[in-house]
Amino acid sequence: MAKTRVALRALRYAFPKTLPILAGFGFVGLTYGIYMQSLGFSFLYPMLISIIVFGGSLQFVITQLLLSAYDPLAALGVSLMVQARHLFYGVSMLDKYRGTGWKKPFLIFFMCDESFSINYDTDVPDDVDRPWCYLWVSVLNWSYWVLASTLGGLIGLLIPVELTGIDFVMTAMFVVILLEQILKQRRIDTAAVGMIAALVCLLIFGADSFMVPTMLCIAAVLLLLRRPLEKRGGQSL
Amino acid sequence: MTTLQVVVTVAVAALVTVLTRALPFFVFREGHTPRVVAYFGRVLPAAVFGMLVVYCLRGVDILGGTHGIPELVAILCVVGVHLWRRHMMLSVAVGTAVYMLMLRLL
Repeated sequence: MAKTRVALRALRYAFPKTLPILAGFGFVGLTYGIYMQSLGFSFLYPMLISIIVFGGSLQFVITQLLLSAYDPLAALGVSLMVQARHLFYGVSMLDKYRGTGWKKPFLIFFMCDESFSINYDTDVPDDVDRPWCYLWVSVLNWSYWVLASTLGGLIGLLIPVELTGIDFVMTAMFVVILLEQILKQRRIDTAAVGMIAALVCLLIFGADSFMVPTMLCIAAVLLLLRRPLEKRGGQSL
Repeated sequence: MTTLQVVVTVAVAALVTVLTRALPFFVFREGHTPRVVAYFGRVLPAAVFGMLVVYCLRGVDILGGTHGIPELVAILCVVGVHLWRRHMMLSVAVGTAVYMLMLRLL
């Protein structure tokens, strides 16, 4: 079958590109599953949430929300803030994903940070089918994440040692992502806006209800300071 | 939370995620982004992750308990290891290990 051959050829090209993600998602996904398990969620939770949400940072935050009082508005706000960056991935991929036919909805659904950066960076050779290559990269990354978090949820049960403090993995991950943003953009002012707004709102509104005010605050400050921030961002990426 | 509330919370997260991934393909068919959108694209991620770091630490009690010392030391380790190797997995693993260790020692 010519069609199968085309798909398989694209898979052979795409798979090696996803190996670093296999390692990364393997580690973070396992930890996510173990973390959920340590909080008393069965492996079905990390598995299903990974399947339908498929967004690392947000899944950790949502776990926290699941443990607090029910607040769908906060869930909406924090999801929007955490996931807003995807808007810019989409804008960047408009051309690349044009003409991918039935694969397009899948490419969009699976467009996590990692799949975006691989598909954005890769110049697919002429003898490899482009849409298939994009699709394999996206599906492989998604399956690594789902498998790792399910496995984490399962082996969380088997780990005999007590795991108090494993939740720090989320803090550490956000610290690293923040640091990467600061290093890559060679600026600390935008990160400072987020941290200071959050600290001030935390002091005013308390730990249970400071997220929505913080998000409004950040949006307002970024809009008000648009001119100076845009000027200072001249050397950024 | 009831099961229904869990389902709603997760569904909100899932729907927002899909929405942010799909929206540009419906809105910007020709590929020109409004400038204010592009501006937020540059400045929002760092601000959001700054906020999330504070969010993770919201339960830290500086006046009581361990006074936030495990958190502080572990974060310094994360930053140090990351500046040294710039390897996400390593930084996260070392930081979490240090934190778990400190909780047991302090």
